[in-house]
Amino acid sequence: MTIPSDPKQVKAICFANIHVPDMRKLEVARAHGAYEFLPTVLNEFDSSRIIDEVKTAGIRGRGGAGFPTGLKWSFVPRSTGKPTYLMCNADEGEPGTFKDRDIMRFDPHLLIEGMIMAGFALDVHDAYIYIRGEFLHEANILNEAIAEAYAANLLGENILGTGFSMHLTVHRGAGAYICGEETALIESVEGKPGRPRFKPPFPAVEGFYRCPTVVNNVETLSTIPAILKHGGDWHAQIGQPNNTGMKIFSVSGQVNKPGNYEVPLGTPLKTLIEDYCGGLQHGSVPKAIIPGGSSSPWLMAEHYEIPLTFDELAKAGSMLGSGAIIVMDETADVVAVARRLAHFYAHESCGQCTPCREGTGWLERIMMRVEAGQGRPDDIQVLSDAATHMAGRTICALADGAAAPILSLLKHFPEEVRARLVESAA
Amino acid sequence: MSASEQPQFSEARKAEIASLVSRYPGARSALLPVLHMAQEDFGYLSMDVQKLVAETLGVRLMAVREVVTFYTMFREQPCGKYLMEVCTNASCMLNGANELVAHMCDRLGIRVGETTPDGMFTVTEVECAGACGGAPVVQVNNVYHEKATPESMDALIEKARAEGGAA
Ligand SMILES: Cc1cc2nc3c(=O)[nH]c(=O)nc-3n(C[C@H](O)[C@H](O)[C@H](O)COP(=O)(O)O)c2cc1C
Repeated sequence: MTIPSDPKQVKAICFANIHVPDMRKLEVARAHGAYEFLPTVLNEFDSSRIIDEVKTAGIRGRGGAGFPTGLKWSFVPRSTGKPTYLMCNADEGEPGTFKDRDIMRFDPHLLIEGMIMAGFALDVHDAYIYIRGEFLHEANILNEAIAEAYAANLLGENILGTGFSMHLTVHRGAGAYICGEETALIESVEGKPGRPRFKPPFPAVEGFYRCPTVVNNVETLSTIPAILKHGGDWHAQIGQPNNTGMKIFSVSGQVNKPGNYEVPLGTPLKTLIEDYCGGLQHGSVPKAIIPGGSSSPWLMAEHYEIPLTFDELAKAGSMLGSGAIIVMDETADVVAVARRLAHFYAHESCGQCTPCREGTGWLERIMMRVEAGQGRPDDIQVLSDAATHMAGRTICALADGAAAPILSLLKHFPEEVRARLVESAA
Repeated sequence: MSASEQPQFSEARKAEIASLVSRYPGARSALLPVLHMAQEDFGYLSMDVQKLVAETLGVRLMAVREVVTFYTMFREQPCGKYLMEVCTNASCMLNGANELVAHMCDRLGIRVGETTPDGMFTVTEVECAGACGGAPVVQVNNVYHEKATPESMDALIEKARAEGGAA
């Protein structure tokens, strides 16, 4: 499927060809338009034109933070004499997120083409895809696609005779959520434990081996070919102002048809759940919804019709994050869900910041006894204090992510927590 | 490999590692990929294997140890021939992962984290596998099984026993 040049007709960008059989093969991908526009970009565009188009497009990072991609690219200092590196973040570790996997296993050439274009804009000669270790199948598919791209001179030296050279390497992680955080990712590709670095300096200025490094999510990079082909203005007309484009939402939990759905930003949450996901497994009103990955504060039924944009979710006190929506219906044990997430963050804390290392452990231990109906009378207060005090006091945002589910539980379901406390005996 | 013999990479592996190293600004960057290779070749990362990796890449043993212990996928102990990793994070839990794990352990007569006495099966709980649309998810030796059920896992165990019998 070619993507329509009328923005109102656009049904998909990253997933436009996801259902084409064998799309992962170069020949098939080419028959569906892959690399068609690449020579034009390499021959007729220059760096500032590409960055301007991406800025005009208004695309905000799809990995979690929603930072404007064009702006990030413009921070890369030029003529420092050091190489610039490009890292694709394919760590996909945020619970609830499973979209990048589909791009990589079904349309790897889309990502590769996006990386070549981004690399060209940023004068990159070595680019890496940091893929979570568990995605072995997807890493193999990427490696096959990359080998085909090298054989066709789409990668390597003097790409398509344009004088631009770029190498692309798939780098597997090994089971550490924290390596999705961009500076931990860089540490990991340097062969170290994934412990986030202080920012600033931001990676765009000082990243991989202390050189300028751009880290972008798979979905972000995969939109670049369409943006450059159709223009930034075209992209800016899809979705909502300041929240432009299509977005893949990974919907899971208690819905009838969980899966990835690419829709324009601004689509109401309820439309996504009812019309795309076949509604809730039980009942008609959700009990709670995690809208942007496990680190995002929960939404309640009153927000069921919220338009899914970065700004609307922020206004509602949550975040769009990676677009991972976990739905809990009326049968869900919200205490058990919060306890399970507390376990996740305690397991995944890298341990370098005390508030996070200690705080996540506390939250888990207390939630375990609460879930078991053995909570102590002051546990609500202790949970609330611990969660409040760890958020915002650490090098990276993992601690904030750990606090969010607990604070959401206490705020919206205090009676369910209280019911699991042992009545004060003394 | 007998106890006295030091583990060695094959010639093909050595060539693969050399080409990998050339793709990074520093050899240490190849540490995670080479540890994956070593684990594939030797089953798990014994101290001897970790020393081999350190020597191969010219990094200190401490640097290797630090990485091996930080990342969950690296194993310092052998596991069963079939490593069954059940995701029990939120979306999988909401779709029966806890019941699934209990069923599998029951069926195999082991607890989470244990290996059957015949060395065939290890069952572990893991963090989000990034396939929540197919919850509950079980990875068996790195192959994803989505929408897993007690029946599908029973069938898998039976098949593995029939195939891998002699253990
Ligand atoms: C704890 C933590 C985990 C993260 N995990 C991921 C991840 O798995 N994938 C991802 O793309 N971004 C992840 N991020 C966000 C990255 O730090 C970074 O913002 C992103 O890769 C930038 O790409 P983008 O601008 O294209 O979104 C994570 C952030 C934190 C704090």
